[in-house]
Amino acid sequence: MIYLDYAATTPLDPRVFEAMLPYLRPDGVFANPASTHAAGFKARAAVERARAQVAALIGAEPGEIVWTSGATESNNLAIKGALEFRGSATSNFLHIITSRTEHKCVLDTCRHLEAHGISGRAVRVTYLKPSKLGVVTSEDVLAALTPETLLVSLMWVNNEIGVVQNIERLAPLLRERGVLLHVDAAQAAGKLPIDLQRTPVDLLSLSAHKVYGPKGIGALFVRRRPRARLNPQMHGGGHEQGMRSGTLATHQIIGMGAAFAAAKADLETDAARIGGLRDLLWSRLQLLPRIHRNGGDENGTAAIAIAPHLLNVSFEGVEGESLRASLPELAVSSGSACSSATAEPSYVLRALGRDDEMANASLRFSIGRSTTASEIERAAALVIQQVQWLRELSPLWAA
Amino acid sequence: MPVYFDNNATTVLDSRVFEAMQPFLLGPYGNPSSVHRYGRAARDAIEAARARVADLAGAQVSEVTWTSGATESNNFALKGFADAFGAQRANARMLYAATEHPAVMEAAESLRNRGWTVETIAVARDGLIDWPKFEAQLAVAPVQLVAVMAANNETGVIQDLARVSKRVHAAGALLLVDAVQAAGKIALPECWREADLMSLSAHKIFGPKGVGVLLVKSHVELAPLLHGGGQERGVRGGTENVAGIVGFGAAAELANAEWSQRATHTLALRQQLEAGVRAIDGSIIFGDGAPRLPNTVQFAIPDWEGEALLMALDRTGIAVSSGSACASGTGEPSHVLLAMGFSRAVAFGAIRVSFGPQNTAAEVDRLLQALHSLRVERRPA
Repeated sequence: MIYLDYAATTPLDPRVFEAMLPYLRPDGVFANPASTHAAGFKARAAVERARAQVAALIGAEPGEIVWTSGATESNNLAIKGALEFRGSATSNFLHIITSRTEHKCVLDTCRHLEAHGISGRAVRVTYLKPSKLGVVTSEDVLAALTPETLLVSLMWVNNEIGVVQNIERLAPLLRERGVLLHVDAAQAAGKLPIDLQRTPVDLLSLSAHKVYGPKGIGALFVRRRPRARLNPQMHGGGHEQGMRSGTLATHQIIGMGAAFAAAKADLETDAARIGGLRDLLWSRLQLLPRIHRNGGDENGTAAIAIAPHLLNVSFEGVEGESLRASLPELAVSSGSACSSATAEPSYVLRALGRDDEMANASLRFSIGRSTTASEIERAAALVIQQVQWLRELSPLWAA
Repeated sequence: MPVYFDNNATTVLDSRVFEAMQPFLLGPYGNPSSVHRYGRAARDAIEAARARVADLAGAQVSEVTWTSGATESNNFALKGFADAFGAQRANARMLYAATEHPAVMEAAESLRNRGWTVETIAVARDGLIDWPKFEAQLAVAPVQLVAVMAANNETGVIQDLARVSKRVHAAGALLLVDAVQAAGKIALPECWREADLMSLSAHKIFGPKGVGVLLVKSHVELAPLLHGGGQERGVRGGTENVAGIVGFGAAAELANAEWSQRATHTLALRQQLEAGVRAIDGSIIFGDGAPRLPNTVQFAIPDWEGEALLMALDRTGIAVSSGSACASGTGEPSHVLLAMGFSRAVAFGAIRVSFGPQNTAAEVDRLLQALHSLRVERRPA
C-alpha cells in the first residue's frame, strides 16, 4: 500500500514519539500541569517548553500560543470567540469575509453563525469565489469590506488543491483598516515559512497531526500586540489565560512541540524533496492526455504558489468512484478526508468552476516525509494503467 | 520515593492502557474519516473503544460522543442544549448545584449571554443537595435543564441521583450529570440510568489526557459546540484523537473489571487516614456523614493553611491538593466548601487527598507521620 494522503493525516515522527514517551510512561511525568505540587510544576514546565517550540516555527511569542484539541477547535474558537468579544461593541449585525474554498469547519462555523447569530446579533457572511486557479486576491477581500466587517478568515494553504494565498500581502492591508485576520494554517505550518513577526495576522490555527505530531492537539495563535481578544468557547477552570479551559494533555502538547521543532529544522529540505517528488508525479501523469491539474495553472509554474506536498488532478473520461475503486493499492483521497464519507463532489473544485463530473473524477495526492521516488513511480504507473483501462471501457470516452 | 495522593487531579497512565495505545501512535494508521485501508483501521479501533466506554456506563454505543475531555463534554452539553432549545427564550431556565466543577459552573453561567436564567442549587453542610430549597426552586417556575454531579471532585460527596432525577424529570427538565469522579470508583450504570446527559474523562481513570466523552440519550437534542467536518454524526467536528480514544477504551475496560477492587482498596486507605485525622483536635473532615467516594478525603487541621500544608508536604515528597487542580494557584478558597457553609478561614485550611489503587497503607502512614511532625514543628514554644 502506498500512502499518499499526508494532507489527511501524517504518521507520528519517531522523534516525536520518543519525546512523548516520558509523559506516557508510568514512571514518567504524569501530574496535572495545573497542580501546584512539584510533580505538577514539572509537567507545567514541559508544557511551556513545547509552547516555545510551537511559537518558534511561526515567529510568535510563547505567550501567544493557546492549546486546543486541534485545528477544528482553533478555527471555531477564533471565529466565534472574536465575534462574541467584539459583538457587543459594534452595530446591529456583524460581517465576516471568507472564501468558498475554506476548510469545512470554517464554512460550517460561518453557516451556523449566519443561521443563529451570536450573542443575540445577526451575522452576515461573504463567501468569496476564488479565481479558476484557486486564488483569492487581496483586492477581492478589500472590495468586500463593509463598515461592519469584523473578521476575515482565509486559509494559508488549501487542503485540497494546495494553493497558497498571499497572506503576507493581505495582512498589512487589513491591519491598516482595523479588520481582524484569522488564518487557518493547518496545511501551511511546516510546509512553507511563516513569520508572524513580519506578517500581521491576528489569529492563526495550527494542527499537530498534519505535521507528524499526534492527533487531538492543536493551537491557536492569538496576537498580543496589538492584542486580539476572544471570548472563550470552553469555560471552566480558566486555563490558557482564560481563553480555553480544560486539563492540558501534557503528552500531546509535548508531541506537538517536538513535531514543530522537527518541522522547523527540516522545513527547507522537506519542502525541496517533497516538492520534487510532487513535480515528478505530475510529469509522469502528464503522459495521459486530457487530465487537468486543479489549483494553479496546468504547468504548475506560474506566479501562483502551490504548497509542495499537494497535487490535485481531474481525469476526463473516467468516473470518480470507479477510479478510486480501481486503485486499492493507493491511499489517496478525492478531496478532504472530512468529506470522504459523503459522495458529494468536492466543493473546492466546484468553486474553481469544475463541473460535477470533473470534480468527482479527481484524485488528491499528498506527499510526505517518508514518500520515496519509487513509490511515486509506482503510483504514477498504477494511475496511468487504471485510467487507460477505465477509458477503454467507457462508452463516453472517444479518444 | 515520591507519594502521589492527587488521583482526582489526574491519574498515571496504566501501563496496559499505554500498551493498547502504542500501535495507534506508532503504526501506519490514517485519518479515521479516510475511506482507504489506513482510515478504516482507525475507524474500527474508535468503534471498539466506543463499545468499551458504553459498557462501563451501561450505555448504548450510539449514546457515546467523543470529546477532548470533560470540560468540553460539559460545555457541549450545556451550550449544545441551550442552542438546540433555541429561540423559545421565555422558559429558558437552568439550575446547577453550587458545588459543581468549574467547567459546569462557568459554562452554565455563560448561558446568561444566550438569554438564560441561571440559578444555583443550594447544598447542606454535608455537601448534599438542600432538598426543601431545591423542591421550592423546581416548583416556582419552569426549568429546562438541571446539572448535578455524581460525586464531588473535592469532597467526594455522592449525590442521591435517583432522587434528583425523579424530581427533575417530574418537573419536565433534563438532567446533566458530571460523572468524571464517579467513573471507576462507584457503579456508573446507576448514574447513567438517572441522567439524560453525562460527562466522562479518560485521565481520571488511568487513561490518557485530552480525551473525554459526552453520553447523550437519544431523546436529547444537542447543537454542536465544535462545528465542521461532520465527525461524530455531525455533532462534534474535528479529526479524532485515535490513540487517545483507544486509550480511553482500554481504561474503561479495566475500570469496568476492577472498579470494585479499587474501591475496596482505596476505602481502606481512606479509613486509615481519616482515623489519623480525627485524632487531631479540631480537625474537620468535609462531607462527613454523607456518602462519599471511597478514594477521596478533604480535611482541615487547625493552625494550617491548606496551600502552606500542601507545600510543606510536597517538600517531604507527598503530593496532595488543596482543592481542584483547576482552581490551584488562584488564591481563592474552595467554592465547594463555601457552598457547604464553611467560612473562608476554614475553607482556606482544606487539603484534599485522593487515592488510587497503586497507593499503600505505608504511604498513608508516611502522610500521617508528616502531618504529625509538621504540627510539632509549628507548635508554639
